[in-house]
Amino acid sequence: MAHRKGIEVSLGVAEAVTACDVDVISAYPITPQTHIVENLSEKVAEGELDAEYIMVESEHSAMAACCGASAAGARTFTSTASQGLQLMSEIVFIASSLRLPIVMAVANRSLSGPLSIWGDQSDVMANRDCGWIMYFVENGQAAHDHIFIAYRVGEDPRVMLPVMVNMDGFQLTHVIEPIELIERSELGDYIPPFVPKVQLNPLKPLTIGPASTPFMFTEAKKAHEEALFKSRAVIEDAWAEFEKRFGRRYKAVEQYHLDDAEVVILGLGGLTGNARAACEKLRSEGRKVGVVNLRLFRPFPAEDLRKALSKAKVVAVCDRAISYGGTGGPVASEIKSAFYGYTGMPYIASFIIGLAGRDVRISDFEHIAKRAEELANRGEPAPYELLGLRE
Amino acid sequence: MQSDRPKWQELELGCAVIVPGSTREYKCGDWASMTPKTDPEKCAKCGVCWIFCPDMSRYRDVRTGAYDVNKFYCKGCGICARECPTGAISMVEVSD
Repeated sequence: MAHRKGIEVSLGVAEAVTACDVDVISAYPITPQTHIVENLSEKVAEGELDAEYIMVESEHSAMAACCGASAAGARTFTSTASQGLQLMSEIVFIASSLRLPIVMAVANRSLSGPLSIWGDQSDVMANRDCGWIMYFVENGQAAHDHIFIAYRVGEDPRVMLPVMVNMDGFQLTHVIEPIELIERSELGDYIPPFVPKVQLNPLKPLTIGPASTPFMFTEAKKAHEEALFKSRAVIEDAWAEFEKRFGRRYKAVEQYHLDDAEVVILGLGGLTGNARAACEKLRSEGRKVGVVNLRLFRPFPAEDLRKALSKAKVVAVCDRAISYGGTGGPVASEIKSAFYGYTGMPYIASFIIGLAGRDVRISDFEHIAKRAEELANRGEPAPYELLGLRE
Repeated sequence: MQSDRPKWQELELGCAVIVPGSTREYKCGDWASMTPKTDPEKCAKCGVCWIFCPDMSRYRDVRTGAYDVNKFYCKGCGICARECPTGAISMVEVSD
């Protein structure tokens, strides 16, 4: 039976990967992802997990090995962060366009330079358009659970797409949390065996990843895009089934005190925990504040967001990445475009917070809520603000 | 767009090619803007064009012993014309 255990979140992820009975793991160690893959290599070496652990010399090769393994029909896992994701980036795009249901945990970390090992979401945002399903998890339990959910969704014959589970580097990966660990024996048929639709097999030769001329490329992209949009129904089904079996309910747009909220703080990942604490505090002072935790980033749940934020007057979007020379934080820009052309658009303020692991305290979220309201009361668009910038 | 080409719904998963050897069906001769033309008076039937052709688009006509061009594959690179020792091959524009 499921047992609750105090465990480092990275190890909780490795436990989930083990319970999913993966066939192939290929990864290159990089802070702050290291504990996940170290633990998995140990499990393989000790015979606890019957899988092939492919040692490689770089993340580029790690993802390439995963593509080959997945194309041959293996359930495949990898994990990376930051520069590692950038080095692997070329093959990340290929994994999704070849429709290979690889699962990757990304321990979100800043991109150099200046050289930094601390966490933010610059790495994943630089790969925003890679065509993967993308989750952001906010605690150890969600990180553990979403490995199972990722395999169920990715390998579904209606989907066949790789899935990225994003978790805050250090702030999530390196903390010890109580996690209810799901055992392999409890999984039942939650994750059916992986049956590839197109498989590398010497007995039945075919070509995966051929060149395409202009007359095919647009159609190929449309097929990929459509698969990503259609995966949404399967994602919902996977969450519903997960709740039935394991009792925990996940949503694309997690809502906290949204019924009467006038000011909503919106973020992704672990920092929304502090936002909820700030929300409680502000509510005790009589301010109508709510919090949205965006758990699903791709496919982007625009409709859910419009619905969730329909009553809000102000939305403070908290990004942990800068889109240099752009129009604000990458998530803020998407929230704005989700509302374009619709009536009842709230005032959307963009804040860049927690870059390279800089602390974002409860008091910071109180400031964000108040500052967003202040900007909204001025009634004119404002540029994004860097939280706590010394100037 | 030509209607004989597949719609996006008709593509194999991940744009895979599930029939082996399908490259043979691919008419790369479509890329050519120039195509080789041999003057039979000058041709020595030596086969240098056949040796140098990078796409094996040259083949020997068993009746005449001269070397012809497979225009389904010939991309019109012009190597044969350049290498022909008697200057028998000239490159001419492809007409529609």
